[in-house]
Amino acid sequence: MAYSNKVLDHYNNPRNVGSLDKTDPNVGTGMVGAPECGDVMKLQVKVNPETGIIEDARFKTFGCGSAIASSSLATEWLKGKTVDEALTIKNTDIVNELSLPPVKIHCSVLAEDAIKAAIEDYKKKQANGAARPVAQALS
Amino acid sequence: MKLPIYLDNHATTPLDPRVLDAMMPYLTTKFGNAASRNHSFGWEAEEAVERARKQIADLIGAQPKEIVFTSGATESNNLAIKGVAEMYAERGNHIITVATEHKAVLDTCKKLEKHGCQVTYLPVDQEGLIDLDRLRRAITDKTILISVMYANNEIGVIQPIAEIGKIAKERGVLFHTDAVQAVGKIPVNVIRDNIDLMSLSGHKIYGPKGVGALYVRRKNPRVQLTAQMDGGGHERGMRSGTLNVPGIVGLGAACEICQREMPEEMVRLARLRDRLKDKLLNELPEVYVNGSLKHRLPNNLNVSFAYVEGESLLMGINDVAVSSGSACTSATLEPSYVLKALGAGDELAHSSIRFGIGRFNTEEEIDYVGEKVVSVVNKLRELSPLWEMHREGVDLSKVEWTAH
Repeated sequence: MAYSNKVLDHYNNPRNVGSLDKTDPNVGTGMVGAPECGDVMKLQVKVNPETGIIEDARFKTFGCGSAIASSSLATEWLKGKTVDEALTIKNTDIVNELSLPPVKIHCSVLAEDAIKAAIEDYKKKQANGAARPVAQALS
Repeated sequence: MKLPIYLDNHATTPLDPRVLDAMMPYLTTKFGNAASRNHSFGWEAEEAVERARKQIADLIGAQPKEIVFTSGATESNNLAIKGVAEMYAERGNHIITVATEHKAVLDTCKKLEKHGCQVTYLPVDQEGLIDLDRLRRAITDKTILISVMYANNEIGVIQPIAEIGKIAKERGVLFHTDAVQAVGKIPVNVIRDNIDLMSLSGHKIYGPKGVGALYVRRKNPRVQLTAQMDGGGHERGMRSGTLNVPGIVGLGAACEICQREMPEEMVRLARLRDRLKDKLLNELPEVYVNGSLKHRLPNNLNVSFAYVEGESLLMGINDVAVSSGSACTSATLEPSYVLKALGAGDELAHSSIRFGIGRFNTEEEIDYVGEKVVSVVNKLRELSPLWEMHREGVDLSKVEWTAH
């Protein structure tokens, strides 16, 4: 099977590889997939709590070239978006951008799931963070 | 050194130029039909076919009359298994085979199950080997055939064929072996191993594609088969169809070369294989050889690079032709059933690469491949969240994954 040039480019020069501090309250971490299924994506966003804008995004992916490309592309798209805008990224956008063949659509679905999981984690942390002073006040 | 490097010799092998030379006259001027009995065109074709029959028989310790030509090993496996099941239906309907067989055997058995046969699929241990006691216990008074491959096409593991042959003989059960990966690579002898039926293929031994053979024992016992291809009654009625004379000549020539060069070639291939294995195991942590190293073809290396997915690794070594047990590289999107049968877990199947070294590979090529694989695995591990977790001491088996 031939890969599209964009997949090859992301595979050869992956963008935003790495990890952010997952204990940072402004960092949301999403990890989706399973080793026995052959792909695991970890996607992280660092949000500016004042503006709600994603200032940094990082990924690490165990998976095929299309999975690596999908998550690399996702980090590119996430940077500069607000948390709510990030949630509008659809797997079909990734499919179109990377010209993924039908057998690789699940890679794009995984990337969308990773974005959602990361944002959800960030929101949960924010909610917990906001709740903490209240809890302290009660004790 | 020329790129790309071909290291997928279990899938197919290039045609040896000496084999092509032998075939060429039969693709051009000597075009006769081997079944034409009344002119010289037919006679020279028949002569060539009989010479090839002897070359093949000599390689495997058989008699020329025991060789039946087919279109390849898939057909040989079909003919052996379906032919026995049909011919011996009155004696019994039970077949014993192994979970790690090639699909040409497994799917043939599955088809027969739909037609009233009972099939036992023996498991293998972590090394890829069957348990002989388990085989003995599986035999019933309804068992008519044991079909166990000689050497596995993915992991190169060699089954205890002589012991299986002995058990089959003692119990009066026919023994078929798919020897596609073994014939021409290691010494195979149908008398020594008590083999009754054996499949082999031209294109795995530097011969042409589209030709293979089935060894069918004629003495002790005389094996009978119900033909699966009806027509002109060629090949003693077991396989009708005009003989593929150039292909058969090529198969014969390929067998003769293998027989002549085997003693030295086995040593050379094992040395190259071990050189590659040592390089990978010495320079990379968490690399696992799949299947027994002791009972193994000299040209096979199947390894899993933990925390790296196979297809992404293939992408990184795109000037090297190898294959992977990863789901992403298979048509079914399932990881290798052979590696799963070893019980190592699906994740290691996803991370596996099969190297099949061949007659035309050089030490320089092996060194290039070793270097390249080490650097790509290192790069992909830097990308891998699993590698990161492993380094942090996380037990991946205890993580709750969101399967999809």
